[in-house]
Amino acid sequence: MTGNPTPIDKEILSRRNSLAAAFRRWLPGECVLQTEEQLRPYECDGLSVYRQLPLLVLRPRSVEEVQRIMRYCHLEKIPVVARGAGTGLSGGALPVKDGILLSLARFTSILELDPAGRIARVQPGVRNIVVSEAASAHGLYYAPDPSSQMACTIGGNVAENSGGVHCLKYGLTVHNLLEVKVVLADGELVTLGGTSLDTPGYDLLALFTGSEGMLGIVVEATVKLLPKPERIRVLLGAFNTIESAGEAVGEIIAGGIIPAGLEMMDGLAIRAAEDFVHAGYPQAEAILLCEVDGTEEEVSEQLTAVAAIMHRCGAFEVRTASTAEQRQQLWKGRKAAFPAVGRIAPDYYCMDGTIPRRHLPEVLRGITALSRKYGLAVANVFHAGDGNLHPLILYDANTPGELERTEAFGAEILALCVAHGGTITGEHGVGVEKIAQMCIQFAPPELARFHGIKHAFDPAGLLNPGKAVPTLHRCAEFGAMHVRRGRLPFPGLERF
Amino acid sequence: MQTAITAPLRETEQGREADLILRSCVHCGFCTATCPTYELTGDELDGPRGRIYLIKAMLEGHSPTRATQHHLDRCLTCRACETTCPSGVRYARLLEIGRAYTEAHVQRPASVRLRRWLLRALLPHRRRFAALLWLGRRVKPVITPALGRRIPPKRATAPWTRVAHTRKMLLLESCGQADATPNTNAATARVLDRLNIELVRVTKAGCCGAMSHHMSATEEARQFARHNIDAWWPHLESGAEALVVTASGCGTMVREYGELLADDPLYIGKAKRIASLARDLSEVLIREKLPFRAGRPRVRVAFHSPCSLQHGQRVVGTVERLLERAGYTLTQVAEGHLCCGSAGTYSLLQPELSEPLLQRKVAALTGDRPDLIATANVGCQLHLESGTRVPVRHWIELVDEAMS
Repeated sequence: MTGNPTPIDKEILSRRNSLAAAFRRWLPGECVLQTEEQLRPYECDGLSVYRQLPLLVLRPRSVEEVQRIMRYCHLEKIPVVARGAGTGLSGGALPVKDGILLSLARFTSILELDPAGRIARVQPGVRNIVVSEAASAHGLYYAPDPSSQMACTIGGNVAENSGGVHCLKYGLTVHNLLEVKVVLADGELVTLGGTSLDTPGYDLLALFTGSEGMLGIVVEATVKLLPKPERIRVLLGAFNTIESAGEAVGEIIAGGIIPAGLEMMDGLAIRAAEDFVHAGYPQAEAILLCEVDGTEEEVSEQLTAVAAIMHRCGAFEVRTASTAEQRQQLWKGRKAAFPAVGRIAPDYYCMDGTIPRRHLPEVLRGITALSRKYGLAVANVFHAGDGNLHPLILYDANTPGELERTEAFGAEILALCVAHGGTITGEHGVGVEKIAQMCIQFAPPELARFHGIKHAFDPAGLLNPGKAVPTLHRCAEFGAMHVRRGRLPFPGLERF
Repeated sequence: MQTAITAPLRETEQGREADLILRSCVHCGFCTATCPTYELTGDELDGPRGRIYLIKAMLEGHSPTRATQHHLDRCLTCRACETTCPSGVRYARLLEIGRAYTEAHVQRPASVRLRRWLLRALLPHRRRFAALLWLGRRVKPVITPALGRRIPPKRATAPWTRVAHTRKMLLLESCGQADATPNTNAATARVLDRLNIELVRVTKAGCCGAMSHHMSATEEARQFARHNIDAWWPHLESGAEALVVTASGCGTMVREYGELLADDPLYIGKAKRIASLARDLSEVLIREKLPFRAGRPRVRVAFHSPCSLQHGQRVVGTVERLLERAGYTLTQVAEGHLCCGSAGTYSLLQPELSEPLLQRKVAALTGDRPDLIATANVGCQLHLESGTRVPVRHWIELVDEAMS
């Protein structure tokens, strides 16, 4: 299904120059990048361990140009990988060697902002935070806020169904999206969804959201804007053990409180983030950041309740950010925590498994045990409220064998998540990184349905080939590999 | 990020330093969000992450061509990316190494070489610059308006005060500023005089070296630095408490004298001491009790914080606080982190990117209808002035006026 144009690979590769010339006939020179020197910085996205030079990079400026490119590639059977800001952490925008990398970074206009209708219509290359900044003057904001929100763009957010700190209460991208305009594999422009709450027919918008560039290319998105809450407060609780912090998470939700955000960082992550933002995080084994929002009364009530739970679960310190600046500092450290880890280790490998909240302490203990087994440190930074873990495995890619050990460690963490009834990805997408784990997550009949959908949109398999959904053949190979070593991953596991 | 620097380069000090910096980058891409050139072109190659990658490729053995040089040249060295970077990547240093490498491996067209040489030969030398300015003002009526607006008009200046005080500070005069905007240093002397601080002019000192440094003429920059150190040293020995810098671009350079002369055993000690004594004027004043006269000046000011101040020196908010203490009303300024496009010789060498940045900056600064624009670096001041009718001044002039 994916990656099928093998017989013509060589032919296309040898046609790099003529292909570039063909595009240059109607695209200005700066829109077509061709030499290896120019292509190299495009060989990876935010997950730089996977690298592949594309055949060409194209940087169109209009929807018509995107359509024309797609029509041409459809005709010539050239694979296309779309790329936004290149901040993804699963290799979703990793180029393919016989394909075009289509950059949508020049689509940076906010086309419409309707404060009364509380919607924004934006181009795909608009950065996530820019939507909220533009809406701010009207007392509105865009809720999904991935940690990379200052850099990542809306098109990529749709493709990956991005979450963020606030998705616990306000949902993922899919819950905040009304309509997308999409260029399909054959160059056709279609509109999915609509500005009313329900649209007749199949919910193709939901299907499209999170499809990782496999079904079409987002060229416009209409998103919901929410009114800024009357009052926002952030509580910070410091704990001596990561398990007691995990317990507090369960208690807060069980207490009927839905915080706007509920995040955990462990000791290592706290140190790295503090080094960057100087937010005054306490020295602790774990901290919980809990944001509550709403009316004056709601917030006061929830603040008292959350503080009491934190104390009961063993927090040795609970404090509230007293100013908006302090609150922003606390969040800034959390949002920059991944790259800040670059201060303590040359490389990190970010996992994205989810688990039911009640298993938090147990899974965290399991990760600690694995960390000892592999001899690699782990920093934990994650969306505790929705059980979306982000263990960051710290390693040194320049040390031979360490990357392979890291990948094996990561695979075991994901298997652990699935074994506890969780999933292999919460918000970063499958990309190339977790494609083998899809075989653990889904049974062959389920994967076959995925392939059916892909076929309906892109029968030639030209869009982002080799990503997100593994071929059954690949799963067989993956399974065989494990059987050969005598340890099929969780053979008794119930599939769902 | 994984690296595979070539073996011969790993043997060199610079190669190892570059490797360390590259290893600290995790390729997250946050930096692209605040990069002015990426903002304009949307091309990975015009953002910090892409440039880091281009440098990595060169040091890993891929021969650079003019394409790499072109994209490294297009960097403003505004260092907004360093402020943004959570991993603490020392981008400007890496770029310096990368530019030196392309300089050694890629030959520029003769016309470009000549232009760069002329800039280096004319601008950082006070007398030559003054002569050029004189000539420019003479020919202004007969040249195209586009070129003419780049020539700063002659402006009024009040005399320097020369009263001896026990507290003394040295002044870095900043080559262009002394002639193009002479009132900046004069106002500085008057304000410090009111605080019983004598501002000492060291006529023997010259350009800080930034201009050469930015054009990869590192040895030339070192020569400027050594010359200045020799000129300042006796004064510091005899008790001057700081080296006051009124142009933040020069301040960034002087503060890096320690790194610049790291391999010079004769000068490294003095270089580090001088770097540690260098102060932006706002850092000096914020610690003093300032005798502002009563009554607010009814002037709305848009402050443009130069990149060299906010990103290079990480001096944030001090000028704004001083202007507010002086009674000025600060207007709202959007995109305060973005460069105005001046960036040393950038506006002369890269007009196709500098010009849109200027227009964008002027729009952001004038959006809230200020009476005037204040800034802290002569380069930005002249560049902004070329793009707006709103008067552009050094903030110390406003502080001075709020006292006299």
